[in-house]
Amino acid sequence: MAKIDIRQVRKSYGKDEVISGVDLTVNNGEFVVILGPSGCGKSTLLRMIAGLEDISGGEISIGGTVVNDLEPRQRGCAMVFQNYALYPHMTVAENIGYALKVAGMKKPERLEKVRTVAKSVGLEEFMDRKPGQLSGGQRQRVAMARAIIREPAVFLFDEPLSNLDAKLRVQMRHEIRRIHNRIKATSVFVTHDQHEGMTLADRMVIMNKGTIDQVGTPEEVYNRPATVYVAGFIGSPAMNFLSGQISAEQSAIVLADDSRVEIASEHARAHPGALVQLGLRPEDLTLCAPGSGHLSGTFDFYEELGSAGLYHLMIEDVPFSVLSSAKPRFAHGDPIGVLVDTSRVHVFAAKDGRRIDTEARIPQQMEPAE
Amino acid sequence: MTQADLPLASAVRDPDARIASPLRKRRAPGMVENTPLLNILTHLILLSGMIILLFPMYLVFNAATLSLQEVNAQPAHLLPGDQFWNNIREAWVTRDFGQKFLNSLIVALGVVTGKIFIACITAFGLVFFDHRLRMPIFWAVFITLMLPLEVRIVPTYAVAANALQPFQTILDWTGISWLIRTVSGIEVALEWNMLNSYTGLIVPLIATATGTFLYRQFFLTIPDELVEAAKMDGAGPLRFLAEILVPLSRTNIAALATIMFVYSWNQYLWPLLIITDPSYSVVAVELGKLVPDTNTTGGAIPNWHIAMAGTLIVTVPPVIVVIFMQRWFVRGLINTDK
Repeated sequence: MAKIDIRQVRKSYGKDEVISGVDLTVNNGEFVVILGPSGCGKSTLLRMIAGLEDISGGEISIGGTVVNDLEPRQRGCAMVFQNYALYPHMTVAENIGYALKVAGMKKPERLEKVRTVAKSVGLEEFMDRKPGQLSGGQRQRVAMARAIIREPAVFLFDEPLSNLDAKLRVQMRHEIRRIHNRIKATSVFVTHDQHEGMTLADRMVIMNKGTIDQVGTPEEVYNRPATVYVAGFIGSPAMNFLSGQISAEQSAIVLADDSRVEIASEHARAHPGALVQLGLRPEDLTLCAPGSGHLSGTFDFYEELGSAGLYHLMIEDVPFSVLSSAKPRFAHGDPIGVLVDTSRVHVFAAKDGRRIDTEARIPQQMEPAE
Repeated sequence: MTQADLPLASAVRDPDARIASPLRKRRAPGMVENTPLLNILTHLILLSGMIILLFPMYLVFNAATLSLQEVNAQPAHLLPGDQFWNNIREAWVTRDFGQKFLNSLIVALGVVTGKIFIACITAFGLVFFDHRLRMPIFWAVFITLMLPLEVRIVPTYAVAANALQPFQTILDWTGISWLIRTVSGIEVALEWNMLNSYTGLIVPLIATATGTFLYRQFFLTIPDELVEAAKMDGAGPLRFLAEILVPLSRTNIAALATIMFVYSWNQYLWPLLIITDPSYSVVAVELGKLVPDTNTTGGAIPNWHIAMAGTLIVTVPPVIVVIFMQRWFVRGLINTDK
C-alpha cells in the first residue's frame, strides 16, 4: 500500500519532449486511470513509475521513497502488460510463480501461494498449460495473477484489455474492479478507451500531448471538462462545438448565424465580447420544428443506436449531432430546429481552450438538473 | 468460454498437430494445382534431383565394397562387391581412426559449445544493452562474416603459436617492456603456445559471426514487454539470459549446433597446419592421408577402395547429428516455435 507522488516529471528523447512537467498524486488504495490518445505520453508516464524508463527531470516517489534511481524490482510495483508478456516456455504455474522464485522463496511455500492466487482468478484447471494453449482472456488472467502474487504496493496496468474482444473486455474490466475492491492496492491504469476509464476509475487523469489537462472523478470530467480537448475526448457520441462570441449584454453567446444561446454562468458574463467555443453534448439537445429552438440546421444523416437515434445535422457547414430517443424521420436537407438545455452548456475560451464558467457551475454539477 | 476452449482442447490432445500446423499453413491454397500431369512432372523433377544428389554417395559406397583389382578395373564395376567390412577395417586400422575419432569429437564438441556460448553472450550484449559501441561492434562482427579462417590463416597461426604475442607487441611498442627491463632487469617475454593441443584446435574456431548474427536476429524477435516483465519480476540480466532467453532459443541452439558440428568436423586446413603430433590429429586430416597419391602408394595401383571406406566412416557422425537434430534444426531456422 503506497501513495505515488509525481512532481514536475519530464521525459525527453533527445530534443523531443514527450512529457513536460507533470504533477500527480495517487492516493493510497486509489484506482487512477490515465486516459489519452496514443502518443500523449500516458504509457511513458506509467513506465517511468515502473522504472522501465529513465526520468529526464522531476521526481517520483512511492510510499514516501524517491524512486528515480531505483531498479524496477526495488520499487514494489507489479505491472500488467498490453500483450500479457507471459514467458512462453513456462507453464501457467511457473509464470505466476516466477517473481517468487527470483525472490528466492522455497518451492513448497511458493506452490501453495501460486495455487491460492490462481484459484482467485479462476485458473486452477490450467496450471500445467503453456501460454500458447490459452485463450486471450485466460492469458490476461495469468498476467493478473502474476501481478497479484507479489502483493505489490502499486499495480500498474498498461492498456491490458486492448487485445481482447469487446465482450471479454467488459468482463475483464469488471473482474479488475472486483480484484481492486478486494486487495485495495494503489493502481494506475493506462488506456485510450474512455469507457474503461469511466467505469474503472476513482479518479481520471486526461493527458494531452505530454501534459495533464484535467484530473477528476469520472463524473467531474464528464460534466465539467476543463478544456475543449477533454470535452471532445470524453463522452460518446462526442460533444458538438460551435464558435461564437459572448454578447455585449453578457447574457448569451452569439453564433456565426446570429442565433443566440443564453448562458447562466456568472463567470462567463465577465468576458463581454470574448470569442468562445460553445460545447454542447448531443444528449443535452432536443430536436424541434425549424425556426423554433436556439439553433437551426439541415438534416444530414441518421445513425441508429438502438435505445436512441443519433441525428447528424449541418449548422453553417459545421457537423453537429443530436441524440433523440423519439425517432422522427427526416429527408436529407430538411431544415431542423435544435433546442438547447441552457443549464448544460459548456463554454471555453477560443484562445486557449480553457473552460470559462468553471466555478459558477459547481453546485449544479453534482446533482444534474431534471 | 467453453466454446472458445474447444480448439485448444483438441490441440492439447494431439500435441503433434500443433507443431506441424505452422508448416501446413505455409502451403498457400492457391499454390496447390490438382492436375495429375503436373504432379507427375513435379515428382520426376524431384526424383532426378534426388538421383543427382545420391549418385556420388552411391559411388563412394560402391567403391568401398570392392577389392583393389575391382575398383581399378575398366570399365568400372557399378554393382557392390563383398569387401565392405574388410575395407572398413583396413581404413580404420591404417589411420588409427579410434584415437582420431575421439580427437575430432572433442574438437567438434568444444567448438560447438564455444561457438554457442560466445554467439549467445555477444548477441545478448548487442541486443539488450543500449550503449554507444553497440552498432560499431555489431558491424565489426558482421564484417568478419566475410573473412573465413583461410583468409586470416597466417596471423591466426602466429597468434596460435604464441597467443600472448599481441600483448607483447603492445608492451614493446609502448615502451613498457623497456621500462620493466630498465627498472627491474626482468626481460618481458610472454608466451603461450597452442600448437599441438586441443586448445589450439578449438579456440581459434569459436568466434562466430554467423552464430552471433543468428542469435541477434532471434533476440530481436523477443518482445520488449517480455524483457520488461522479467525486470518487473526482479530477474537480473544474467538470470533473464539463463532462465528466459536460453530456454526460448532451444531451437536456435539446435540449429547452430548442427551447422557448427558439421563445420568443425570437416575442418581440414587448420588442424593440418597446427598439428604435427599425430596423437592430436583429426579425422578429416587422416582421411586426406588416405587419398592415394605417389606418397601413399609408392607408385603402385591407387587404393581408392580404402579411401572410400574411410570416407564412409568419417561421414557417419555428421549424418547421425543431422538426422537427430533435423526436426529442431528446421524449426530453429524458420523460427516458428513461438
